[in-house]
Amino acid sequence: MRGLSSWRAREARSGLLLVAPGLLLLSAFLALPVVASLLLSLTDFDLYAVGDPSNARVVGLRNYARLLHDPVFWKALGNTFFFVVVGGPLTVSLALGTALLLNHKLVRFPGLFRTIYFAPVVTTLVAVAAVWKYLYHPRFGLLNAALGLFGVGAIDWLGDPHWAMPAIVLMAAWKNFGASMIIFVAGLKAIPESLYEAARLDGAGPWQRFRLITVPLLAPTFLFVGLTTTIGYFQLFAEPYVMSGGDGGPMNATLSVALFMYKQGFRWWSIGASASIAFVLFAVILGATLLQRRLQKGGEA
Amino acid sequence: MRALAAGLLLAAATACTRGGDRDRPRAALGLRARGEVVRELVPELERRHPGLKVEVQQIPWTAAHEKLLTGFVGREMPDVAQMGNTWIPEMAALDAIEPLDARVAASASVRPDDYYPGIWETNVLDGALYGIPWYVDTRLVFYRSDLLAAAGVLGMPRSWSGWREAMVAVKRTGGPGRFGLLLPTNEWAQPVTLAVAAGAELLSDGGRHGAFAAPEFRRAAEFFIGLYRDGLAPPLANSQVANLYQQMAAGEFAMYVTGPWNLGEFRRRLPASLQGSWATAPLPAPDGMPWPGVSLAGGSSLVVFRSSPRKDAAWKVVEFLSEPATQKRFWALCGDLPARRSAWDEPALAGDGRTASFRLQLEHVRATPKVPEWEQIAAKVWERLEPVARGAKGLDESLARLDADVETILEKRRWLLDRKAAGARK
Repeated sequence: MRGLSSWRAREARSGLLLVAPGLLLLSAFLALPVVASLLLSLTDFDLYAVGDPSNARVVGLRNYARLLHDPVFWKALGNTFFFVVVGGPLTVSLALGTALLLNHKLVRFPGLFRTIYFAPVVTTLVAVAAVWKYLYHPRFGLLNAALGLFGVGAIDWLGDPHWAMPAIVLMAAWKNFGASMIIFVAGLKAIPESLYEAARLDGAGPWQRFRLITVPLLAPTFLFVGLTTTIGYFQLFAEPYVMSGGDGGPMNATLSVALFMYKQGFRWWSIGASASIAFVLFAVILGATLLQRRLQKGGEA
Repeated sequence: MRALAAGLLLAAATACTRGGDRDRPRAALGLRARGEVVRELVPELERRHPGLKVEVQQIPWTAAHEKLLTGFVGREMPDVAQMGNTWIPEMAALDAIEPLDARVAASASVRPDDYYPGIWETNVLDGALYGIPWYVDTRLVFYRSDLLAAAGVLGMPRSWSGWREAMVAVKRTGGPGRFGLLLPTNEWAQPVTLAVAAGAELLSDGGRHGAFAAPEFRRAAEFFIGLYRDGLAPPLANSQVANLYQQMAAGEFAMYVTGPWNLGEFRRRLPASLQGSWATAPLPAPDGMPWPGVSLAGGSSLVVFRSSPRKDAAWKVVEFLSEPATQKRFWALCGDLPARRSAWDEPALAGDGRTASFRLQLEHVRATPKVPEWEQIAAKVWERLEPVARGAKGLDESLARLDADVETILEKRRWLLDRKAAGARK
């Protein structure tokens, strides 16, 4: 017995030794900064404190209380939810649709099309934004010209507060769907062809094969893509940053929570307040992710 | 006035003869995409001061502010920099820039009385001087004289009521596609310029509280909001104006309150047939106040950083760039208006009526409140005024809310001032 327990202790020790480098790295580069910013969010660290740290005060939860009373924060939160709720499903369905098309046996050159659809993902956002600004131009833009053929009047996509966020959603969906598409393609490839053959022999039509074979077998992929897209979209920052010149305008219509946090921190140097926004955003994402997991698990059952 | 500047450049001034980057004093000079201009001036400076080496570094104007602050945190500062004069309170609060009073007193070439007083004043905080004006800007009215004449308005009006009547006349004769005035909705400078003209203090009690509910600001806000409500100015942000110059040329706007960077642009971009039909004029004044109306004191200053080990060399760069002859050359090379009054003797500057309006306006300018929080406060102004312009909220309520916002923003400043006062009493 003694021999066994000492062997166990030795094993535990060597195990600890083996994970120690990883643990150290994690705590140095993840845990410490997180704790530091949590503490920072309880202070009013700002520009004055950058010059002289004795100008910082511990203010408890005041940053959080102020945030909840700030209409701009609620506006940013609403914009972010709009982006997630509209942009997320749009991106995922675009990705699933193209993946199904690419996976179809009749498609010639699937590799070429995969590359084409994936290209926006690896293109620099700043270059993409420059092109999309032209597309969205109220007078000379391609989009309005196309809509004009159907008799739709000119829309000021990026200047009108009502249209600015939908414009960002459209661009982000185009830019991002390729990544999820690749994952869906991999998921589809993993479904054995024999299942479809068996279903066909049993007389199942294309819609039934999709609903009864593809959907359930793709569920884990779906969950993964859904979660990563949701989490990524809650952190919306770069798209409105480049499209609105860093402002989140017009009239805060494209201000996301992350952009609001950036403005507080690096524009006005209210570092403490900015850190509190980070934690609120974290809580929102955590809550939404848990909810989504429960919903999707429920759908599976 | 960083709104329309497009490129900033970091320049470096060097006093040492030993090589190596570490030894080189560096200076940050902000320019509107005209870094090359300063590089062209550098050989003359180095010729005059053997042993002085200047390394010019250019950074985009839009990134300059952040870059300077992060540079300060990371202790990587240049020796000299150009800085928008609204940034000076912030840099002084950080204790990052050097007071220059003693150097100016000892200088043979930098003479305070040769500068526009309102512009000079933007560099003075609590009695100490932190920057030397390098080039200046302010806002006044650019207008299409032919459109005004067609509406029966001869010459730019000098009072607010006359100004408004001119817009009404332009609108009446020009039809629905023409507006009297372009006032972009996303520029805080537009309402703030009018408020300064009406004598508004903006902040009260040494920058402790907002003063936006005060009658002066209210008067300007009423005038400003009325222009949108009555359809005299279109409620457009800058980004919604597709091509300002084409639209000016097409007669969509008869007047536009803007700055000197548009002198060159109007010359370049308006068609030749319209070159005789546009002019500039100092701001009209609120009725009962002397003409011209006061405008904002904008522009850029040269500062010396406290962290620099080569302050004497850095000061030589400031002195050189401040000389009237250098200022004239700088103006000729890139069109930024010189800060020295004596540089304005230059025939090309003095003889041009459009530039002369700026000269007159520059004698009537005032600084925005010199607190580090100013830009954050300024961003709130339109946020609170826009619902009023759209008729969704009442003016009094919005101004009260604006003051409440500002009260929150300035809480830290009040605490610091009180602590300092308590410390001084002990």
